[in-house]
Amino acid sequence: MQKRFVSIWFRHLTTDWLTLRRPELKTLPFVFAAPEHGRMLITAANPLAEAQGISPGMALADARAVVPSLEMADHIPGKEAKLLKALGEWCIRYTPLVAIDMPDGLILDISGCAHLWGGERAYLGNIIKVLRSKGYDARGAMADTLGAAWAVARFGKDKPIIEPGEQAGALLLLPPMALRLEIETLERLKKLGFYTIKSFMGIGRSVLRRRFGTQLLLRLDQALGNEDEPLDLLQPIEPYHERLPCLEPIRTATGIEIAIKTLLENLCRRLEGEGLGLRSAVLKCYRLDGKVLQVSIGTGKASHFVNHLFRLFELKISSIEPDLGIELFTLDATKVEEADPEQEMLWSPESGGLEDTGLAELLDRLANKVGTGNIRRYLPQEHYWPERSVKPALSLQDKRTTEWRTDRSRPSLLLSRPERIDVTALLPDNPPMLFVYKNIVHKVSKADGPERIEREWWLEQGEHRDYYRVEDEKGRRYWVFRSGHYSGDQTGQWFIHGFFA
Amino acid sequence: MLNTKQDIINKLRKDILLMEGFNPPSAGGVSSIGLGDIESAFPNGVFPVGAIHEMMCPSPEHVAASSGFIAGILGSLMEKGGACLWIGVGRELFPPSLMAFNTEPDRMIFIDVQKERDVLWVAEEALKCEGLSAVIAELRDISFAESRRLQLAVENSKVTGFILRNDPRKAGTSTCVARWQISPLPSETEDGLPGVGYPRGQVDLLKVRNGNPGSWQLEWAEGRFVQVNKEAAIHEFVRQIG
Repeated sequence: MQKRFVSIWFRHLTTDWLTLRRPELKTLPFVFAAPEHGRMLITAANPLAEAQGISPGMALADARAVVPSLEMADHIPGKEAKLLKALGEWCIRYTPLVAIDMPDGLILDISGCAHLWGGERAYLGNIIKVLRSKGYDARGAMADTLGAAWAVARFGKDKPIIEPGEQAGALLLLPPMALRLEIETLERLKKLGFYTIKSFMGIGRSVLRRRFGTQLLLRLDQALGNEDEPLDLLQPIEPYHERLPCLEPIRTATGIEIAIKTLLENLCRRLEGEGLGLRSAVLKCYRLDGKVLQVSIGTGKASHFVNHLFRLFELKISSIEPDLGIELFTLDATKVEEADPEQEMLWSPESGGLEDTGLAELLDRLANKVGTGNIRRYLPQEHYWPERSVKPALSLQDKRTTEWRTDRSRPSLLLSRPERIDVTALLPDNPPMLFVYKNIVHKVSKADGPERIEREWWLEQGEHRDYYRVEDEKGRRYWVFRSGHYSGDQTGQWFIHGFFA
Repeated sequence: MLNTKQDIINKLRKDILLMEGFNPPSAGGVSSIGLGDIESAFPNGVFPVGAIHEMMCPSPEHVAASSGFIAGILGSLMEKGGACLWIGVGRELFPPSLMAFNTEPDRMIFIDVQKERDVLWVAEEALKCEGLSAVIAELRDISFAESRRLQLAVENSKVTGFILRNDPRKAGTSTCVARWQISPLPSETEDGLPGVGYPRGQVDLLKVRNGNPGSWQLEWAEGRFVQVNKEAAIHEFVRQIG
């Protein structure tokens, strides 16, 4: 079958994108620049800047000399690839075969697609019109070969559609640059006076090979259609979705279990093959009476183990009311992440600590029952204020950034809110002699302190605390503090905050 | 004849111990967990890991003392890098304090449940998980049947469980392998210097299956449990009163 290709060239890919994000830039000349060897080099310029003679590769300082009002944005590495991937995925509506052509283009294999849009002219016109209306300055060309389409899209002067078999004629007047050659070959061609492809196309192949290497011949053949060129096609990701229609409406727990297992097996087989794991999933049950029941689970670590995921769903089965019966089950993986491959361990430690798979699975089950927010792990934080000396860890893999302090003794139990106590103490800074807590008088026999902890003024206002570690006659140890300095009003300054072991 | 009978009985006793989960001291493994003399109260002289211990804690002071005691034991249980679960309703444990007892607080995972009922469910699930070193549950009360379920769970997984019973007035029978009560004792400083000394506690082993209950005084000093000389303590007590 006759092959046809479309090449799309985005002349101002990144600048167009930024203009879409920040419309006020539309009327200003601006550039993207990145630091290189201690100076800022321009990586992309918008049409207004280009009109004033600024081109990629210039130093930003030089460009500022030309246009003092030049706006600058930081170059974002990898942005082009991301934009092209998104645009390429959008282009799949025109043809299933789309490839990214770094750094600024797309290649569409449109063999047998154009007639659906009413001919090649309307087809190409539609693509370019829609892209331009979205704000991307796109140029496109169509030809029998990828190389010819690429050349015409970038260097073609008159018509963008090259009729079948006419690519040789179209290439004649284009510069050698249109052949996607390396910079050394191009310089050598220029030095020898070859300004158009026509001027060297007729020369014998062996001569060309000797002078310019095999790459020139390969590119020429590819443009003319004598040589095939492989495409690295974009593979759109299918949504992780499974369906299970039931012949008979399902009304029993056993039936629901079987349905969930079947769905999970299918989904997990696919996830496993792709090296992925599931982080959250939604099961929807469509009932005969039109109601949709929804159950969702989440895991703390990407997993594709059917048994584990099933046990998470198992906890929720009791909340599914089949009523008249369920006729359709669907399972969506709403969040999918890369899963660590299970590693066979030669020496299995007795317990794997926090990385243990069994533990992660247990926590998933607990999280689905008691709620994720109720599972906590603490890491040290560099604050003296006791309530702020720990912070909750975000995940099981979270490592502490600072060491646990052991130089100051801290109580085993800390009351979430200090409780007021009545105290008899000597002025000005002696520990209490006795205190009353919950109607019990504790006579203090030993005490340590005070340890003054100031409030962090950049976080909150208030009085400091003078902490004492006291032990009563029976050996019970407490952490009490006096809030602030002594003042005229002596009452209500003492608090109990914790219990020592 | 009598001799052989005695032998048979001894053999049977050993078999029963094995069935109940008491392992004889292994030749290579570290069997001591740093409790010193207390370990000899247990059958075979080994602190039973992979079993449930219950701690009687009538007051917050007892909870504090028990958590210190447990943290000291956890230090050796978690030596190989294991993780640990702490389940409770209104938890007040302050993680940084564990560090003083050689237990890394960031390897402790806290499950704060809303209802007392859930503690048992979570504890049972956790005790079935072989990847854990220990599970600590704060409970008001536990019935015989409930404790039996927990015991069955640990028999397979060999996880050590601790139950802190906050309301032990109704302390009925349970299947737990040991019942403890840890109460705080007045600390002592060297040469009568002022200030509070090392944490000290009265460790009462109220019940132990196939072992000998007893009572000890322990002090946590410089990273390990030290048994306090009883006579000196009594002497000190007399001196204080007199």
